[in-house]
Amino acid sequence: MSEAANTSKASSVAEAAGGVRSFLVSSAPHLAAGASTQRIMFEVVGAMVPLLIFAVYFYRAAALVLTVVTVAACLIAEAVANRIRGRSQASLFDGSAVVTGMILAFSLPPSLNPYMAFIGGVVAIVLAKAVFGGLGQNLFNPAMVGRAFLMICFPAAMVTFTPTAPMMPDAKEAAAAAKGVAVSELTDRDVDAITAATPLYQAAKYAEAVRKIESDSANAQKHQATAEQIRAAMPSQWQLFFGNVGGCVGETSALAALICGLYLVIRGVADWRQPLGVLAGVLVFALIARLVAPDSLQSPLYYLNSGALVFGAFFIATDYVGAPLTPTGRLAFGLGVGVLVMLIRLFGAYPEGFMFAILIMNALTPLIERWTVPTPFGGHVQA
Amino acid sequence: MIGSLRERLSGLKSFPRGIHPPHRKEYSETLPIRPYVPKGELLVPMAQHIGAACTPVVKARQEVTYGEKIADAEAPVSAPIHASVNGKTGGGAVALLPAGRRVPALPISPAADGKALPENFLEDFLDRNWDGVEPTGYEPEAICEAIRQGGIVGLGGATFPTYIKLKRNPQRPVDTLVLNGCECEPYLTADHRLMLECPEAIVVGLQLAAHAAGVSRSIIAIEENKPDAIEAMRQAAAGRPGLEVMVCATKYPMGGERQLIPAVLDRAVPSAPKGLPLDVGVVVVNVATAHSIARAVVRGKPLTHRVVSVTGGGVSQPANLLVPVGTRFSELIEECGGTRETACKVVAGGPMMGPTIPHLDVPVVKGTGGITVMTETETAHWQESPCIRCGRCVDNCPLHLSPTKIAHAIKHRDYDAANQYDMNACCECGCCAYICPAQIPLAQYIRAGKNQWRQIVAQKKKAG
Repeated sequence: MSEAANTSKASSVAEAAGGVRSFLVSSAPHLAAGASTQRIMFEVVGAMVPLLIFAVYFYRAAALVLTVVTVAACLIAEAVANRIRGRSQASLFDGSAVVTGMILAFSLPPSLNPYMAFIGGVVAIVLAKAVFGGLGQNLFNPAMVGRAFLMICFPAAMVTFTPTAPMMPDAKEAAAAAKGVAVSELTDRDVDAITAATPLYQAAKYAEAVRKIESDSANAQKHQATAEQIRAAMPSQWQLFFGNVGGCVGETSALAALICGLYLVIRGVADWRQPLGVLAGVLVFALIARLVAPDSLQSPLYYLNSGALVFGAFFIATDYVGAPLTPTGRLAFGLGVGVLVMLIRLFGAYPEGFMFAILIMNALTPLIERWTVPTPFGGHVQA
Repeated sequence: MIGSLRERLSGLKSFPRGIHPPHRKEYSETLPIRPYVPKGELLVPMAQHIGAACTPVVKARQEVTYGEKIADAEAPVSAPIHASVNGKTGGGAVALLPAGRRVPALPISPAADGKALPENFLEDFLDRNWDGVEPTGYEPEAICEAIRQGGIVGLGGATFPTYIKLKRNPQRPVDTLVLNGCECEPYLTADHRLMLECPEAIVVGLQLAAHAAGVSRSIIAIEENKPDAIEAMRQAAAGRPGLEVMVCATKYPMGGERQLIPAVLDRAVPSAPKGLPLDVGVVVVNVATAHSIARAVVRGKPLTHRVVSVTGGGVSQPANLLVPVGTRFSELIEECGGTRETACKVVAGGPMMGPTIPHLDVPVVKGTGGITVMTETETAHWQESPCIRCGRCVDNCPLHLSPTKIAHAIKHRDYDAANQYDMNACCECGCCAYICPAQIPLAQYIRAGKNQWRQIVAQKKKAG
């Protein structure tokens, strides 16, 4: 009875205060920083736009077409997957599919047929993301899974690189000189065949030639000549850094990738640990390897600057979902990627190892996470 | 990354990680403390502190005078409750506490015609003349007894009976006392104003507490965003031995004792629930508590009032009110011009850890430091989306936990995993939820999980 009396007194007071109000009841905290998944994703997209502009400058329309097609493929695949899973299409707008599409596009050769890129995008979203449960649930980096699928299905097309557009005239002259004809007399086939191999491919071939000098000493002179030829054709450090060499769409300029990547780190979107780990891992491994075999290998900087390593270090290795949650774990992840990249480049069949390095480290992420659980500030809870 | 570098170079005391929510103190930080005389019936809850609830020692419909003891408990972990106004008690009632519990309460109708409070109450409360008071002249035991009889509990919000913290225990020696003047929650300015308007009383209270606990070193910790309070406390502490003012970085949760102690003393407090500051030889006391200690020990005045910041964008005229315990929130809001149209949420305390109340018929208790009325735009609206494993919660948790791991274990009722990630070490500061881009209410999950786990443990004990 007293409670009723209290309530009636209270409501009269409340009414005097301007009517009975109902208030939102929720659990603390009642403030938020205003961060959102969407904002993060589009910040990453924004950081890749300068790289896209570079790509268009070097590779012309092909780069843009590939990017648009891949992103469209990812979005369409996500829409269909959402439909099949009975989920709302809200995830289309969070930007994650766009990021996947752009990263996949940037890792493809610019001369790739767009329909292949489309397939890659669909596989990336369906096989590597939707099947696992959507955003945040995927074990493997979707873009790298898509690229791996394309490598297996279209092996030749995926390693066919053309020189950058500004370099084309030089390459044509060289081919014409080799054939002994004027530049204008080059056939389409000749032009197609100017598969100016990527700097890493050249480095691998160089190493192979140097190794053959020793092992196949009968033909030593021939191998020596080959090695020198390759060496002469390899780009200089500056060329590599500023980017005027053949490669995949995002591989144009290590400098540009560094600047855009650092932007993301400063903004707090990308963790500094993965890029540091990757670059340190590559550098240390290359230094040690160079000490062991100084003749056949390039300087460590060569390996740092080529193969879209800088792009991968800042944009692919920093992908949240495939990397460990813990700070120490993220550093270990980066180091692992760096070491694996060099292992694959030097001892593996592929001159470029980034994709596989990422996928292998993705597989190890749950284990790394378990091994690097942080100790609470005041120690573990005493039972 | 750059922010933490800047912090390290600034020379301010700090702890690693934490967040920087907007201060929003401009609503009330320049407003002097104003007394409030209640018009309507007060509702004095019998449980306003950690420990055993009290039972009334006065009868219903009895005249009581200001300061008279109206409720007490036998158990040692408890604190008596005193009448905060002259008036007449009512019959037994039930009060809804700000945190959501319903407890027995004693209604008191204040005397009319301005006779509810003693004369010159505000001047007496904010008295600045404490010269000639020698804290070491009191016996430590006597100090503790006076604190106990004064009903003093931790006014920083935890409401732990203060005398227990200060009692000397040879097995758990204390070497430093920290006075917590940080007030790290956004909006709240009650402690700030108290430090500005009667710093001398706070310093005397601190020295009495130090003498009771047997420590020779006391640190006065204040956040950098209160330069006038720092100056006032420095002047009040000048010339008194064993006191040191340390300026702390302005960040949340600087005022949490598990963050404050590492910041000023570089000692890590062992994790909750078992670990306490006592384990590293430290006791932390809030400035309002210190103020009450001075009044109780030296002048025999019990704890009956507290400064409450009624603030936020949703209240028409914010104020720092000196409020008798038991006053209803509705009266205070009316005193401050009522809520605005845009008000949507009323928080008892600050926005990072304060509970929301469903209606205004809730009484002010000893632990109520503020009433924050928030508008639609000021408050966060949660739209939970999948965790993207960005790691921001892990990076920002002041206690180095993995909030997303704990929260998702709790979501799946996997308490083994939750405990493996040290769920019970969480102090529920809310930094994780604040920073989460996927807007997952991490703090809420963890809070719910801890509650569930407590029930599971209690049931196991009952059964086995």
